[in-house]
Amino acid sequence: MEVRRVKKPLHIISFIVENKPGVLFRVAWLIRRRNFNIESISVGPTENANISRMTITLYGDEPTVEQVVKQLRKLVDIIKVSRLDPDNTVIREMALVKVHVPDPAARADLDYYVRAFRGRIVDLSPDAAIVEVTGTPQKIDAFIELMRSFGIKELARTGATALPRSPKE
Amino acid sequence: MRLSGAKALIKSLENEGVEVIFGIPGGAILPVYDALYGSSIRHILVRHEQCAAHAADGYARASGRVGVCMATSGPGATNLVTGIATAYMDSSPIVAITGQVARHMIGRDAFQEADIIGITTPITKYSFQIRSAEEVPRVVKEAFYLAAEGRPAPVLIDFPVDVQREEVEMDFDVKISPHLNKVVKEPHPLQVKRATEILLNAERPVILAGGGVIISNASEELRALAELLMIPVMVTLMGKGAFPENHPLYIGRIGMHGSAAANKLIMEADVILAVGTRFSDRSTGRFDTFARDATLIHVDIDAAEIGKNIRPDIPIVADAKHALKAIYEAAKELARRKDNSTWLQRVKEVKESLEKAGQHSADELSPKNLIREIRKLLPADGIVTTGVGRNQMWASLYFEVYHPRTFITSGGLGTMGFGLPAALGAKVAKPNSIVVDIDGDGSFLMTERELATSIAENIPVIAVILNDGWLGMVKYWQDLFYGRRYCATCLKRGIPDFVKLAEAYGANAARPQSLEEFSKTFKEAMSSDRTTVIDVWINPDEPVLPFAPPGKSLAETIIDLREVKKGGS
Repeated sequence: MEVRRVKKPLHIISFIVENKPGVLFRVAWLIRRRNFNIESISVGPTENANISRMTITLYGDEPTVEQVVKQLRKLVDIIKVSRLDPDNTVIREMALVKVHVPDPAARADLDYYVRAFRGRIVDLSPDAAIVEVTGTPQKIDAFIELMRSFGIKELARTGATALPRSPKE
Repeated sequence: MRLSGAKALIKSLENEGVEVIFGIPGGAILPVYDALYGSSIRHILVRHEQCAAHAADGYARASGRVGVCMATSGPGATNLVTGIATAYMDSSPIVAITGQVARHMIGRDAFQEADIIGITTPITKYSFQIRSAEEVPRVVKEAFYLAAEGRPAPVLIDFPVDVQREEVEMDFDVKISPHLNKVVKEPHPLQVKRATEILLNAERPVILAGGGVIISNASEELRALAELLMIPVMVTLMGKGAFPENHPLYIGRIGMHGSAAANKLIMEADVILAVGTRFSDRSTGRFDTFARDATLIHVDIDAAEIGKNIRPDIPIVADAKHALKAIYEAAKELARRKDNSTWLQRVKEVKESLEKAGQHSADELSPKNLIREIRKLLPADGIVTTGVGRNQMWASLYFEVYHPRTFITSGGLGTMGFGLPAALGAKVAKPNSIVVDIDGDGSFLMTERELATSIAENIPVIAVILNDGWLGMVKYWQDLFYGRRYCATCLKRGIPDFVKLAEAYGANAARPQSLEEFSKTFKEAMSSDRTTVIDVWINPDEPVLPFAPPGKSLAETIIDLREVKKGGS
């Protein structure tokens, strides 16, 4: 059978939760239990010390995403769940990429790419460099694709985090 | 007031109006048991923690109040799991309290330590671990609120033993965290209006009532609406009792072993008002065939149930009682109803023609005869619990229910062994009602030790064992789909001798040989203040019909075994 991979639209679900032990476990459990396939999850503190923000991104059809949101809303520790419209959302992800740069020519090429993507070289050794890059998940994808020509030794991505833009007057 | 965590727990339970706890003590819960000594709360000592949870569940389903069960850490807590899962699947409100090893021992694989929070997260609405004694009043209040509010469910409180002993200044004047209140009870007025107009213009409407109607005590509202619009009513297994089965508008129960008429007519309906049902696969048959051409209005208090299995045309997130009332008011105001007498005539004809559908043996002691006899003898408020398997399906087919909360069965999880402990819980909740466990031999044997509880704690119930000597439902599937290769299903009837077994526990027991003898024994059991076990040997080849085979549409409901094709799944 021919398998065609149709990329479904990216959805961003942002929710604030009580900052208590076990909350991440409950969210992770729910995702597994309901058989949801997510792209990324990130969690961190907010302006209020008692509250954390989690962000999930996933590719999926409308009924699936609707179920994710409804099931999340049922979790007792979750205070508010919002679906963010990708067109009106600031979404960012950070990646650290360790690449193989054994000679000056490679380092010069690397520097060129890093500037183009407004990244930074944060660690340098005789044959490797660590690059930090921030942006939308798509930008990170594109950057990682370019880095493959050097040879990626190690890679770490944070997963996306997001906030809705303020409404324009 | 300076109190230990254990004493604060008991006082908080008293404040919640708890009158009974089902449980078994152990090392890590002893301070709580010590605090229970001299409390007004009755403790019922069961013989296995699973049954503490089932009894609390039976109590909750019979009374509508939150049931409470308690166990020690480790194996005590893990033994509760099946009972908690059973209550979770059927949306029954219980609070389970477990002892836990001391805080500094958690995570060190201490003696009788189990991560019961981790184990029960998938089968509870929420689980608390009390980390300091001062949290006790708030945790108990939140646990009872969460268990009963909205869609009911089990809630677990894990209580480390050192926190039970910790003495602090207690404040019982606590409020639940405001964000816990997420329940929407009132339906959206616009959705109510749309639903009402659709119902008024329907040609072939039906109402499908699920367990949610019973949970929200909405039977009166359901009857009022059905009668106002003259809409026939069918139920799911969990909805049995939501609508009186002797009512002229009652059609039957849908599902794998539903009535042939209900399964046929729901597929003919042009509008379905489904209230308080989660569209279990056992109710709907194959999802993509269910209500395909009908306009579906789905009322549920749990927004996540809407569109989970079946996508409705009109979703209404609301409490069943509020929604039914709102639709009733709106319909009364609009007061123009499309004539549906042709449909009512059709319903009547189908019901009459299929009334006797489904074969059963001609034996005098057939499940049908026995269960009809129980119904005849039992007062209208008598309560029936069931085991799981053929006994359960026969009970649901042949036992007519007239009042909500009088038919108690493990629908979602299908837990064998549920019948007897649930009957004990129901009897404690309703001491003036006669409680009958209609059970199978395999199912009964899984929790038979609770006969000891019933005698020792003086909780008289009647257990009718439809004894076929087999794991009958499994054997039935082997008959139909596995070429009669009876792998591991024969229990060898007579092992044990249920009459001797019951007598060993101090219960009354009999093995009637005729319907007349059964009737006599049952009458004696009803007037006895001691538990009676009635062991009836039935035909092992007794079929369960009608049958909509797994993975098939309700339209393919079989009423004659000759229709069954081999190779189903």
